[in-house]
Amino acid sequence: MKPAELIKGKFLLILLVVVVIMLLPSLVSNYYVGLAIQIFIMAIFAMSLDLLVGHTGLPSLGHAAYFGIAAYGAGFLYLAGMKNLWLAVFIGMGLGGLTAALFGLLALRALGAYFMLITLALSQVLWGIAFKWRSLTGGDDGLPGIGRPEMGMGIDLRSDPSFYYLTLAIFVLVFIALFILVNSPLGCALRGIRESESRMKALGYSVWLYKYLAFVFAGIFAGISGVLWVSYSGFVCPTYLGIDNSAKPLMMLILGGSGSLFGPSIGAGIIVLLENIVSGLTVRWSLILGIVYVVAIMFFSEGISSIIKRGH
Amino acid sequence: MAFWIIQTLNGLSFSMMLFLVAAGFSLVFGLMKIINIAHGSFYLLSAYIGLTILRMTDNFLLATIIGSIVAAVVGIFMQSLFLRRFHMKELQQVLLTFGFVFIIGDACLWIWGGAPFSLPKPSLFKGSILIGSVVFPSYRLLVILVGVIIAVGLWIFQEKTKYGAIVRAGVDDEEMLRGSGINIQMVFAGVFGLGALLAGIGGIIGGPFVGVSPGVDMSMLLLALVVVVIGGIGSLKGAFVGSLFVGLVDNFGKALFPELSMFTLFAPMAIILGIRPEGIFGKMGE
Repeated sequence: MKPAELIKGKFLLILLVVVVIMLLPSLVSNYYVGLAIQIFIMAIFAMSLDLLVGHTGLPSLGHAAYFGIAAYGAGFLYLAGMKNLWLAVFIGMGLGGLTAALFGLLALRALGAYFMLITLALSQVLWGIAFKWRSLTGGDDGLPGIGRPEMGMGIDLRSDPSFYYLTLAIFVLVFIALFILVNSPLGCALRGIRESESRMKALGYSVWLYKYLAFVFAGIFAGISGVLWVSYSGFVCPTYLGIDNSAKPLMMLILGGSGSLFGPSIGAGIIVLLENIVSGLTVRWSLILGIVYVVAIMFFSEGISSIIKRGH
Repeated sequence: MAFWIIQTLNGLSFSMMLFLVAAGFSLVFGLMKIINIAHGSFYLLSAYIGLTILRMTDNFLLATIIGSIVAAVVGIFMQSLFLRRFHMKELQQVLLTFGFVFIIGDACLWIWGGAPFSLPKPSLFKGSILIGSVVFPSYRLLVILVGVIIAVGLWIFQEKTKYGAIVRAGVDDEEMLRGSGINIQMVFAGVFGLGALLAGIGGIIGGPFVGVSPGVDMSMLLLALVVVVIGGIGSLKGAFVGSLFVGLVDNFGKALFPELSMFTLFAPMAIILGIRPEGIFGKMGE
């Protein structure tokens, strides 16, 4: 194909995707709308982690901490009768950011595998509290029956299509915010740190401060995804803070391609669809999923999007 | 007084079982910088295999040997066919082991079902013995003894043998070791297998008092994590001291302040992370 045709083809494809996304609730049943909601929420979660992994080169193995603490925060708020979504999002961002601000002080003293170990240990402390403090968190049973929040403006979030458009809008806002962030001087500095910390230091950058900022921003955005997840599912449990929920967004980044614009969202789409399809097909879904994970890392660990790029 | 003696001995036997699990986790991390999320899966697999062998033969020693060797073989298989391809790529390695958690966990659920089991004690150690005025199950004492013997054995292996020297050299400077003509892949596979073997022994030894059920893989991983964070990762001494600390604190915490048991395990870890992130005996490299 000639370059002009290629650009035209790409443009048509993007247009088609946008139209499908906009009209989705009137095209498919509520089950698939639910899946799409989950994909967008997980995409926000994966994008927030990508700020650390893809852009700064910090492989966090405890990202569930910020998702989970925001989820519990929103859960408590809703159960206390304050069902305002915007307040919950605001509090969730604050909780995610504050937790990251605290954990970052401890974790950023380490690098590489040690960084992973410490982020994992810190997130497990929160998991332990959620799991054992039964009187507050309900322990293993979690907090059921939370119910959908309200957002005003005459929109009823109890209907899945409305919730879909809300999630889509927040996803687009987060996407734009992160796009601005990674293309700002801060984002350039973060990529510089990813490539060579010592050179950035030699250039006079306060490497620690930049990493810390990335860490806190990642926590804030992860908080948004946690609040949305509770608002959608009406349920919180310690698993939200667990190691599975930290590994899952990493898996999304590996599959979709980290450090790229659409990679995390593609990865989120793959994982959410895979989990739902496989668990619907067989009781041995956990076994199949494990095998798929292993095979995927063995063959596609550069990210699906990089394979598409290679194809061109 | 009797309370303190019994709780101390209970704590010590739990500590020794923990040491077996945590030492392997720590060794593997120290040498290869792999956070093996599937480390608890070796415990799980070995305990279930031990259970089956005990049902067939009632021979505890045979169960220990076969269970832990199967775990070691699975470990070597994981390392040489999968993890090896991603040397020093932490992310891929962690996620590979994460995949194996699902595979091994679900395969065990498939074969042995979801009910919790506890392994029968070896027939020689079914009874109790009298220490002063305290009656104590002899099996718990056996666990302490076995733990100490294995700890001493590992220490001799690491400090006094040529192979131990190779492993120590690999922990300190892997490139130099490669340069001196050592087949590093054999060392990696060997240490990974040893780690799995130790966790496997832990699974059988712990079987009679911790038991085995789906999910025990993750709880063992979590305990090993607390132990190595407190003791310092990559260090045998650290794993030993960390296990003693966690085993005793967990036991006394549960006995004395049952409603605070979450803090007794996680608070020390959080404090250590705050004041000395490399752990008591650890070194923090890149």
